[in-house]
Amino acid sequence: MDLSAINPLVLMASIMVAATPILLAAIGELVVEKAGVLNLGVEGMMITGAICGFAIAVETGSPTIGFLAAMAGGAILSLVFGFLTQVLMSNQVATGLALTLFGLGLSALMGQSYVGVKPPATDKLDLGPLADIPVLGRVLFQHDLVVYLSLALVLVVWAVLKYSRAGLILRAVGENHDAAHALGYKVIRIRLMAIAFGGACAGLGGAYLSLVRVPQWTEGMTAGAGWIALAIVVFASWKPGRALLGAYLFGGVTVLQLNLQAAGVAVPVEYLSMSPYLITILVLVIMSADRSRAALNAPASLGRIFHASN
Amino acid sequence: MTELLTIDGLTKAYPGVVANDDVSFAIGEGEIHALLGENGAGKSTLVKMIYGLVKPDSGHMTLRGAPFEPAEPRAARAAGVAMVFQHFSLFDALNVAENIALGMENPPAQRQLAARIRDVSENYGLPLDPDRTVGDLSAGERQRVEIIRCLLQDPKLLIMDEPTSVLTPQEVEILFTTLRKLSAEGTAILYISHKLEEIRSLCDTATVLRLGKVVDSCNPREKSAAELAEMMVGTKLHVPNRERTEPGDVLLQVTALSLKSANPFGTTLKDISFTVRAGEILGIGGVAGNGQDELLAALSGEAPTPTGCVKLNGDGVGHLGPNPRRKIAILAAPEERLGHAAAPDMSLTENALLTAAIREGLVNRGFLKWPAARGFAERIIQAFDVRTPGPANAARSLSGGNLQKFVIGREVLQRPDVLVVNQPTWGVDASAAAAIRQALLDLAGNGTAVIVISQDLDELLEVSDNFAALNEGRLSTPRPARGLTMEEIGLMMGGAHDLEVAE
Repeated sequence: MDLSAINPLVLMASIMVAATPILLAAIGELVVEKAGVLNLGVEGMMITGAICGFAIAVETGSPTIGFLAAMAGGAILSLVFGFLTQVLMSNQVATGLALTLFGLGLSALMGQSYVGVKPPATDKLDLGPLADIPVLGRVLFQHDLVVYLSLALVLVVWAVLKYSRAGLILRAVGENHDAAHALGYKVIRIRLMAIAFGGACAGLGGAYLSLVRVPQWTEGMTAGAGWIALAIVVFASWKPGRALLGAYLFGGVTVLQLNLQAAGVAVPVEYLSMSPYLITILVLVIMSADRSRAALNAPASLGRIFHASN
Repeated sequence: MTELLTIDGLTKAYPGVVANDDVSFAIGEGEIHALLGENGAGKSTLVKMIYGLVKPDSGHMTLRGAPFEPAEPRAARAAGVAMVFQHFSLFDALNVAENIALGMENPPAQRQLAARIRDVSENYGLPLDPDRTVGDLSAGERQRVEIIRCLLQDPKLLIMDEPTSVLTPQEVEILFTTLRKLSAEGTAILYISHKLEEIRSLCDTATVLRLGKVVDSCNPREKSAAELAEMMVGTKLHVPNRERTEPGDVLLQVTALSLKSANPFGTTLKDISFTVRAGEILGIGGVAGNGQDELLAALSGEAPTPTGCVKLNGDGVGHLGPNPRRKIAILAAPEERLGHAAAPDMSLTENALLTAAIREGLVNRGFLKWPAARGFAERIIQAFDVRTPGPANAARSLSGGNLQKFVIGREVLQRPDVLVVNQPTWGVDASAAAAIRQALLDLAGNGTAVIVISQDLDELLEVSDNFAALNEGRLSTPRPARGLTMEEIGLMMGGAHDLEVAE
């Protein structure tokens, strides 16, 4: 075992990269759930985004267009879910699970000719003097745009939900869809928009995996990231700040255990591999242990089918 | 009086039922107009059309001389129509100011809105703290939120759908004072209710609906409550009667029962004690959300309590779950018909099995005795005049009144020693309600201890021997129901909950 092989700066910098896909998916799902919809298809939307982004980036040579295509792909897939659950009123849990399976299969089909291909590199954002700050510069200011975008997104989602009228209406729809309907809000339209937003975020997160974090295409490469994003939303009590914490914790432990594996720590690999999942869930469970307070923040209409009775 | 809203020939049909058939009437400016009718008479559909939630099939409305066809509630609100809903359209997890902002077109910033809420609410004697979470408010306070939300928009017409069903008598008086003040200021009020005395004391005009048609209109002050009831129902009503019997020994004894609610917005029961004798009906009144559901759960066994808290014939049964309690003849019928008392998508036979399997011997070594279960369901249907094609029909397919008769009948026919019912006639038409009350009285006549939890005070006074009220999880000392005045009952229910009378 040689722990000195681990460079703490590189490690901390890679935490941000590792956390970004999960953070994006989680913040999207948080908005969806705040609107009262439980979309268990995050994993499927992520991997669809991963291959859409990868394929388009390879064909056009532009990672930016790839990221946009990934968002479109995730959003389109999520709208399939939206159509089924909101318009045809199918069961959200079953439809979400089906969406995951569908996404995994579809992405495998779409990605057949992209296995082993190298995608165009995503440029780091040039932050000038900030990047030259010792330690901090290396850790915080030498990343690509998507990392900062994901952080900005957390801030924006938090502010919109808390301070804006649009956020208030979204929360109202998730809290009591019958009352929102009685007041004249378009429950289904609002939910479809939230679902599409969640899909776009998950797609972007997926593309970040295939274009930056890995970067290549393999079948099933999300490896449960969508599920951990779902868990983070619940255990973060639907609070954007805590979702950020959960995602970075997961990213951090993932990177750390990979480094420990490489350093040859005398712990079976299986334990190291499961540690990010275990630790993230454990910490968030402890944080949300006060059940009555966590329940207060849960959208009361979550997962319930809305049917306008008139 | 100039006419504010004229309704002309409104018709709305749903598959299988005509909810409104050629309804016409007019409301004058500043008039308090009652819309009277039983459940299912079409009152709700009619006001939903006025508020833009439902589109009429034919007919038209005129508001202040201009055609009025609101496509959505927003348009109705813009035209000066506001509505206070029967089942509150509030969001538990949001605070008062946010709830009010959601019902406004262009709400001001939160701070200004909070100031305006304080202004208007104090002006009308309905004090409200804009920062409180709605889920923590009492039913009366929640209604204030809805009323203030309407008043902030300067409505010309205020629609109130069954506003007093959740208020104590004192709160009703304060509400009426507020409504009369609004009316004097020129706001017309369309007041929907089936409570006849209230309509007689408040309203200038009454339009009576029956089965979707306008059958009559009158000045309610010139009619007696019995005459109004006849207009509403179409026939003379059967008044439940009973032979007064001497109550027997104490059957059920509840001592110092305290219980935390399973629901984050529920009510904690605090130190509840009472006894019920064989043949006695104990009526428990109180505004919704003061611990009714929790009390039923504690008595039915859904929420276990310390053994000694609930005693049957002197034996502690507090730790027993619902099935062991059924075995020793403590039965219960909860308030929520679909989902709590009955499984909506299961047949009546299956629903009969769910609670009666033990007492009626419908199970043999874990196997179901279908013919016996069907027979029991048929007995309920016959004995309680449940209108359904047969026991194979899903519980969901029955109307509210019929399902309620089935649910109550299912427990009554199991010969309980103690029966607890919550809101036995909620949303049930008058004749079915009378039948259910009669069944409860007959049951008590045969020596069962009956506990009736209800928000309908008239019902409680009609059936109960003793009356107690729940207020914030505490139960008042039971008193003989005979001779109690509304005033006394109101005080037992907690009085006016810090409301003030509008000046």
